[in-house]
Amino acid sequence: MNSISVRALLVRGMLAGLAAGVLALIVAYLLGEPRVDSAIAYEDGHSHEHGVELVGRTMQSTAGLATGVLIYGVAIGGIAGLAVCVALGRIGRFGPRATAALVSIGALIAVYVVPFLKYPANPPSVGDPDTIGKRTTLYFLMVALSVLLAVAATILGKRLAPRLGNWYATVAAAAAFVTAVGLAYAFLPAINEVPKDFSATLLWQFRLAALAIQATLWVSFGLVFGHLAERLLSPRPAAATTTGTTTGAATAAH
Amino acid sequence: MAQSAIPAPSAPQVSEITPISLKAIAPWAAFIGILALILLYFVGAEQGATALISGENVHEWVHDGRHLLGFPCH
Repeated sequence: MNSISVRALLVRGMLAGLAAGVLALIVAYLLGEPRVDSAIAYEDGHSHEHGVELVGRTMQSTAGLATGVLIYGVAIGGIAGLAVCVALGRIGRFGPRATAALVSIGALIAVYVVPFLKYPANPPSVGDPDTIGKRTTLYFLMVALSVLLAVAATILGKRLAPRLGNWYATVAAAAAFVTAVGLAYAFLPAINEVPKDFSATLLWQFRLAALAIQATLWVSFGLVFGHLAERLLSPRPAAATTTGTTTGAATAAH
Repeated sequence: MAQSAIPAPSAPQVSEITPISLKAIAPWAAFIGILALILLYFVGAEQGATALISGENVHEWVHDGRHLLGFPCH
């Protein structure tokens, strides 16, 4: 019984991830691509050692972008779906929808926002190719650290809850998380490789677009997955309802 | 967790959900975790700092996604 619901939730997680990926792709295409193009135009006006173009810009900005964002959505959806499986019934008195929403918001912060504030997304032509190894290591280290700290903070909050009550336990756990993240920010090396004459406006717009893509992805994942999980896990109000309109009644019941 | 700083009213609105046992989740988590990380590696890092496949094709194909999803890229 348990294993079956894990499988069913996992499948729904990946489907919700795919749906969220589609929405994120729209945001990426509309808000992100114009900034990528502007950044590439800047790059082309400057020293630039790219050889023959292997993949044209049109393919990169459509099929290539879609491949990246959709695979990212499905992969993230599978992992986040399983995270909701673990969180269900363990983080407090929340139903499937609220649990999915809380896990998604937590994941947006831990997986993206916290690493982003230290090592933000960069458009083409920002970043020295010689330091790619160091930048990649630091970025993934920051993501892993942030996720571990978020999980640790959640466990800490759960442990403190009997003594402090749910509210103050949550506040204390959040404060511990922020402090630990602050220490990590202070001790990890800074990276600043923005060319001197690169447009500040363009950099800001690019980073905002990157943030909008992730916010779209995680929020829509949380809403879609919560909806699917609720339908799977919550017992329907028995009989009485006519076959056609069950969903509406079930939604209204909460 | 953020609920009920006020003592819970007698009738809880959401019926208690039984947690799914971690033993039931573990094999799925191991399998999907590895699979998803491999996918994320190809979207986020292949032919950047490290390369399993020679050339630049993977990097160039997911180039825009990599920048816009926040991964370090060349």
